[in-house]
Amino acid sequence: MTRYLVRRTLHAVLLLAGVSLLTFLFTALVPGNYFDEMKMNPQISPETVAALRAKYGVDQPLAFRYVHWVGGLLHGDLGFSFAYNTPVGPLLRVRAANTLLLTSVAMLLAWGVALPLGIWSAGRENGWPDHLITLATGALLIVPDLVLALGLLLVAVRSGWLPAGGMAAVGAEPTTWAALGRDYALHLLLPVTALVLSCAPMLVRHVRAAMLDVLDSSFLRAARGHGIPPRRLLYGYALRAAANPLLALFGFSIGTLLSGSLIIEVVMSWPGLGPFLLEAILGRDLYVVIGGVLLSTAFLVAGNLVADVLLYWADPRIRAERGNG
Amino acid sequence: MAPILEVRDLHIAYPSRSGTPVRALAGVDFSLSSGEILGILGESGSGKSTLAAALLNLLPPQGRISRGSVCFEGIDLLAADEGRLREIRGARISLIHQEPSIALHPTMRVRAQVDEVVRAHLNTAGGTRRAKTDAALGAVFGSEAGSLGARYPHELSGGQRQRVLIAQAIACGPSILIADEPTASLDSVTQAGIFALFGELQRSLGLALILITHNPALLAGFAHRVLVLYAGGIAELGPAADVISQPKHPYTKALLDSLPPWPTPAASTTARLPMIPGDLPDLAAPSLACRFEPRCPVRMEVCNTREPAATALGPAHSVSCFKFGG
Amino acid sequence: MISGADRAMEPLLTVESLVKRYTPRGFGGGRGGVTALDGVSFSIAEGSTLAIAGASGSGKSTLALCLACLERPASGQIRLAGRELTTLTETQLRAVRPQMQLVFQDPSSSLNPRLTAFEIVTEPFAAQSRFSASERAARARALFERAGLSFQSATRTAAEFSGGQRQRLAIARALALEPRVLILDEALSGLDASVQAQVANLLLDLQEASRLTFVFITHDLAMASRMADRIAVLDRGRIAETGPMDEVLRQPAHASTRALIAATPQWKAELRQQADT
Repeated sequence: MTRYLVRRTLHAVLLLAGVSLLTFLFTALVPGNYFDEMKMNPQISPETVAALRAKYGVDQPLAFRYVHWVGGLLHGDLGFSFAYNTPVGPLLRVRAANTLLLTSVAMLLAWGVALPLGIWSAGRENGWPDHLITLATGALLIVPDLVLALGLLLVAVRSGWLPAGGMAAVGAEPTTWAALGRDYALHLLLPVTALVLSCAPMLVRHVRAAMLDVLDSSFLRAARGHGIPPRRLLYGYALRAAANPLLALFGFSIGTLLSGSLIIEVVMSWPGLGPFLLEAILGRDLYVVIGGVLLSTAFLVAGNLVADVLLYWADPRIRAERGNG
Repeated sequence: MAPILEVRDLHIAYPSRSGTPVRALAGVDFSLSSGEILGILGESGSGKSTLAAALLNLLPPQGRISRGSVCFEGIDLLAADEGRLREIRGARISLIHQEPSIALHPTMRVRAQVDEVVRAHLNTAGGTRRAKTDAALGAVFGSEAGSLGARYPHELSGGQRQRVLIAQAIACGPSILIADEPTASLDSVTQAGIFALFGELQRSLGLALILITHNPALLAGFAHRVLVLYAGGIAELGPAADVISQPKHPYTKALLDSLPPWPTPAASTTARLPMIPGDLPDLAAPSLACRFEPRCPVRMEVCNTREPAATALGPAHSVSCFKFGG
Repeated sequence: MISGADRAMEPLLTVESLVKRYTPRGFGGGRGGVTALDGVSFSIAEGSTLAIAGASGSGKSTLALCLACLERPASGQIRLAGRELTTLTETQLRAVRPQMQLVFQDPSSSLNPRLTAFEIVTEPFAAQSRFSASERAARARALFERAGLSFQSATRTAAEFSGGQRQRLAIARALALEPRVLILDEALSGLDASVQAQVANLLLDLQEASRLTFVFITHDLAMASRMADRIAVLDRGRIAETGPMDEVLRQPAHASTRALIAATPQWKAELRQQADT
């Protein structure tokens, strides 16, 4: 088990290194940089710009800058934001926490809805619940996430039931924990709903497919022949055997949810990594971009690692394949 | 001795792509007494697996039971409700599936799988349940029951997996065990071991055993009675010794003749084995003649006109062939 | 070592001291490992059949794969008509493969269920890029006939055939490239008892007509006794004993041979008789 973990962690580190290099290259290769914008501003003298450029080492060769940045990373320093004039680390931390909150809640809700629906649908294959669910998921899949988010936003604004953006009420400060919690919840509702609606239909379909696959197997028929009650057959046998593809799906869904969240955050004005990253990309704020991308990748990798570990623990055949270690 | 299982006039068909239903079983009648070993001899396509499934009303949804009854302890299993059937399956009548490699849950330990069967039927405290599971595993694995029980199915050999299936089947003390080709995928040495186990269990637990196989040699010296199934109908039914040493039905005869005998120095390998030419009849094509007629070495005029009825040759021996009446 | 030499010439197939090991996959090299074949040697004269009998785990399947050059042995020699096979490169092997063909136990997994019977039988032609389309069709027809299958069924997919017919198809495919040796790896074991005789007779007919050499690998001694006049018993990767069929069966020298004989259900009665006398 430890050998497996070590190997996977090594892979993860290599992956992050690769991503950081690629991001660095892309942002460096993109035409223009932060200081070009500055140059166009008549209020700032060319000398200031030149001095800033020297300070941030923008004119240094690419390789040098990358190595320098990696060196800083190993000390916990993610670089400096040109736009905010502060270290990138603390900036990202706050934003990352908000994104994490959003995606975790959405993840829990999406799976909390998809799993029972998928199982129920598979259990009543070709019955009316199954057809209904297939229709609904199909419809939701066709609608682009952006349209869904905008639609929800429209409903919120028109009805005034829900706040149309932000994470907390501006102005009035909630005093009690309960009020604070309620405030957060209200603000979370819209973006979470958008995320769940975009992610859950695919999950439902996959859960249903995985269950149907297992429900057809010989060992299930054999268990039925032993008089095992249907509820136990569904959960104790079928779901258990379907855990394999479902856990893989779990790892995959973290990725889709994360990428979906970045867009939804922008639309719903949720103060997470999404809007921040967008702003930084448009402004060529180099180190923020790299830091942000790296962080998102790290979340993705961590999520997949968790899924892999769960899979390793859940399926003895995978354990056997890897040898006892 | 009163029979514990009575099958009467069983007719089962499946829909086919062409529209005409495929007759899997057409008029099967037999009974089973307590402690008896009945061998059902049939090749693929004879309807033997359909029969095995039908005995516990476990047919796939497309299977249509057009006629007949399966009576166990006074209840017709084909008419019973699902709740009743669930009580009987695994506890009073157990079915051992064909392929041990796919009949076990891949990610559950062996012991847990046996335990599940016990749990499904006995609402007793944990101690009694554990005892029953241990007893079942002990009966099939002997002293290795502890270590083998902790393993997963993919860590066991074919023969060991088959033993697990047997343990699941006997765990709740059934009165009837149905084994559908229990050793088809095993080599001869393992096969012999499994049959020895069957014999042991049958004696010690007083089980009635229905053994379904395509190999008549397995039934010789083991089964009490033999039922020969051909194309969905009974060709011959009688005491094992009689059916195997003096087969009456041409199919049984041809089948037993095609088995390789003990080699003698005089026998040359260029001599061909006697065989049954042709293939099984198409069960979707309705035919009024005897099903075996196209391949029968001793066919007569009348065989083409209608199906022979079962003729009694003795108190316990019957044949469906015009050569003996019908 | 050919005992009772009734053929004066060099054996067609000779195997010497074949060793094959399997090591488990693992991070940082394998611990332990299994020696599937531990110095196996035998020879077969052209036109005859050698039965190789063993229980599961004896190394039979590994032997079949090594003979068909689908696995490379760790050491040892395989000589076909005097030519050493284990040292050949893949390209060189390609020219030799047609001469030794393999028939597996389970026709439902060794035949692609989506291909038609015609496509299955002509697959080897395509693989070796031989013959024009019309030639292939003519050859396919001949192969169907030899295997006792009606050519009208050529357009059906493999899934629509019965077990015995599928095995005939597998045999027809194996004959496509006109091999000299057929390696039959439990080729009859998956068939119903009633069908085994049919396919066994087919094989014997083919052997007589084309002077084929068979390596008949099985655990079923009864079938082996009808197909071969010589037998080698495999036990845990080694040949326990070799000799003429009826001699080995009547006077088995090795415990594993005795176990195999005792486990053969067809001979229960005879054995009991023997034990009683």
